[in-house]
Amino acid sequence: MGIYMDKVLAAVLLMALVTYLPRVLPLAIFKNKIRSRFLTAFLSYVPYAVLGAMIFPDILTSTGHLASAAAGLVIASVMAYFERGLLQVAVCAIIAVYVCELILVRMV
Amino acid sequence: MTTVNVQDKKRNILKDFLEGSRLSIPIALGYFPVSFTFGLMAVRGGIPVWIVILISMTNITSAGQFAGTNLIIAGAGLTEIAVTTFVINIRYMLMSLSLSQRLVAGVSSIKRLIMAFVVTDETFTVAAMQKRDISFSFMAGLELLPYIGWSAGTAVGAMVCTLLPQTLQDSMGIALYAMFIALVIPAAKKSRAALVVAGCAIIISTVIKWIPVFSFISGGWRIIIATAIACTLGAKMFPPQDAETDRE
Repeated sequence: MGIYMDKVLAAVLLMALVTYLPRVLPLAIFKNKIRSRFLTAFLSYVPYAVLGAMIFPDILTSTGHLASAAAGLVIASVMAYFERGLLQVAVCAIIAVYVCELILVRMV
Repeated sequence: MTTVNVQDKKRNILKDFLEGSRLSIPIALGYFPVSFTFGLMAVRGGIPVWIVILISMTNITSAGQFAGTNLIIAGAGLTEIAVTTFVINIRYMLMSLSLSQRLVAGVSSIKRLIMAFVVTDETFTVAAMQKRDISFSFMAGLELLPYIGWSAGTAVGAMVCTLLPQTLQDSMGIALYAMFIALVIPAAKKSRAALVVAGCAIIISTVIKWIPVFSFISGGWRIIIATAIACTLGAKMFPPQDAETDRE
């Protein structure tokens, strides 16, 4: 028990460290504005690229079934297109997925 | 005169903090089901409740800590755990670098060390979508509630463990992705550059994930590669003068 717990704690602290380092280094090092126009443009596009890459295709495997995930994707996209708030979009997507999952579970 | 200035300054700090807090409410609520699921999973995997909560309070990241915890449960070595978690988290470097270019002048080192702690996919994107430059008090407001939501969700999930029906647990998996969609689609509607960059990233990410040749690329690297290529393309096609990037 003792040795096992020590190892788990060491792993947790290591994880915390390798999570904090990439977050803190750029903020601590780059205190001035970067002059390169290419880099400035590149960095300004990072949020959109990160979001795109994180959403798809991972969203398709985020629920119990592909069909329910697809339903959530469609509902979220339509609501986002009409610029509803983050929470509203998230809650409606969960409800859509849940209803879909209930139907799918009944069918099987 | 100076007392008036000091009062003005204090008022601005509070205003920024409250504005950040307001924007962070949906993030905090969106985190709850995800960290709840994490709590469930980790306790079911045999990790003690207090360590599960400690993981969330020190890591505050979804993909990285899910992967790291899975490896702990599987009995992997420390090196493998550290390297895998690090690779998944390298994307934060791009985010923090992007954020460092948006800060108001004169944010001290200590404040930078503190605000770096809760730079997540969601707090970063919400901050980056702001029109104004970003102050420390704004980031503090933006990060506090999500941090509480993430930790509290984990604690509740770890303690309730299996009371929730499986179907509902499965359905909550969509929450984070729905939030991402709610962030990116309105931005893509307003800016052609954002649309093209996000579209490219989606295509590249899908190609890497679905074409078997690339199956050796882990999730963390996939996001980094897709981001690097899509942003390079975006910066070449839409240089600063016709984008909304010239803030100086």
